[in-house]
Amino acid sequence: MAASESYPDDLRYHPEHDWARVDGDEAVLGITWFAQDALGELVHFEAPEVGATLSKDASYAEVESVKAVSDVVSPLSGEVLEVNQKVVDEPETVNEDPYGEGWLVRIRIADPSEADALLDVEAYKAHAAEQ
Amino acid sequence: MVPFAGWEMPVQYEGVIPEHMAVRTRAGAFDVSHMGQLHVDGPAAQAFLQSVLSNDVDRVQDGGAQYTLLTTESGGIVDDLIVYRLSHGCFLLVVNAGNRQAAYEWLKEREPRGVEVRDASDEYGLVAVQGPASLGLIGLGEAPAFTHAVGEVAGVETMICRTGYTGETGVELMCPAEDVVPLWNAVLERGVVPCGLGARDTLRLEVCYPLHGNDITQETDAISAGLGWVCALDTEFTGRDALREVKENGPERRLVAFVMDEKAIPRQGMAIAGGGEVTSGTHSPMLDVGIGLGYVPAAQATVGTGLEIDVRGKDRHATVVKKPIYDKER
Repeated sequence: MAASESYPDDLRYHPEHDWARVDGDEAVLGITWFAQDALGELVHFEAPEVGATLSKDASYAEVESVKAVSDVVSPLSGEVLEVNQKVVDEPETVNEDPYGEGWLVRIRIADPSEADALLDVEAYKAHAAEQ
Repeated sequence: MVPFAGWEMPVQYEGVIPEHMAVRTRAGAFDVSHMGQLHVDGPAAQAFLQSVLSNDVDRVQDGGAQYTLLTTESGGIVDDLIVYRLSHGCFLLVVNAGNRQAAYEWLKEREPRGVEVRDASDEYGLVAVQGPASLGLIGLGEAPAFTHAVGEVAGVETMICRTGYTGETGVELMCPAEDVVPLWNAVLERGVVPCGLGARDTLRLEVCYPLHGNDITQETDAISAGLGWVCALDTEFTGRDALREVKENGPERRLVAFVMDEKAIPRQGMAIAGGGEVTSGTHSPMLDVGIGLGYVPAAQATVGTGLEIDVRGKDRHATVVKKPIYDKER
């Protein structure tokens, strides 16, 4: 069951339709409702390795539906601490719950100031509405 | 909606996967009115078609249909199509939308005295209704595959063709263009799920039906593509000698079906180690794995052979399998 459109206000957003939930020096990353809706039901998550280094604005993973493949861009620089195995095993989890069970990776943040440059929910919603 | 051969076509309605599953388990409908219809009529029509189509059109009776190829002198494929025999000297060819012009011009240029080729594509609508429950839902009985008859579906008079592109039982309903909207609506009212181009592609790929432009082109020959069964090499037709030669010498490469052994989805254009190339690839909703078709050197074409496919820079392992990839009976 696909989730209905929502954008939680406690997240920071990247214009490439990714989100970050910052918690101290760690963050959980995922893709937004808008991104999963554009792709359709996900059938593959090409995850990074634990320990991989992420750079802000660079691709760190791929998500793929029947129709298309899309890079997943990192909203923050850091190191991968954990990959969501549930999404590796059942990629459609992202469609069902993009901000909860469908998170992609947990990272250690390299530069906390980078989060300040991300969009807040209102700015992201305005950006998504223009697409 | 996406542009496709001059038409605006839906990739999906509800979603590719639910539409795919509807066709495999129950019934789905595809508006394929974009496909081309060419009438070939006249006292010499049958002899003409026999000379330009790969299959043996003399074996088609009134009310019959046949899958066949329009071939070039070198054995390449201008289009794959279904020829319907309406009556003595009256044939209807249903061609791919993208090849409508090419097929029409190919035939028109070669049209002999006593034959008239006419592009009637704009006069026809075409709705495919496919799936195990399809006939019951629209009130039709069973009939042999590759036959056709005129009948009524939901009050609309239409040609009822026992053909399709999904591997499921079903019909393709060919009607006057002005009747296609009421026909489409009536079919959906009976509980048939509307399906888009996305599911059409995943369904045909699971059962290894080739797609012209991907798996077969003017540069690929029918024998290498595994379509020798639609080439009546004992009849005279354009490209026959070239195809005989390929058959006698054995093709240098073959179109194979493969299944991914790891989590990765092959896509058209990806390289296969050893000189091969993926021509169609997707995620199989029924098998929940990546599947595809591709040309490989003949030595790699045996069922069970391991393939390495370059999926965006990573070598991913796949295995050549027997066609079709998905078989209800297995």
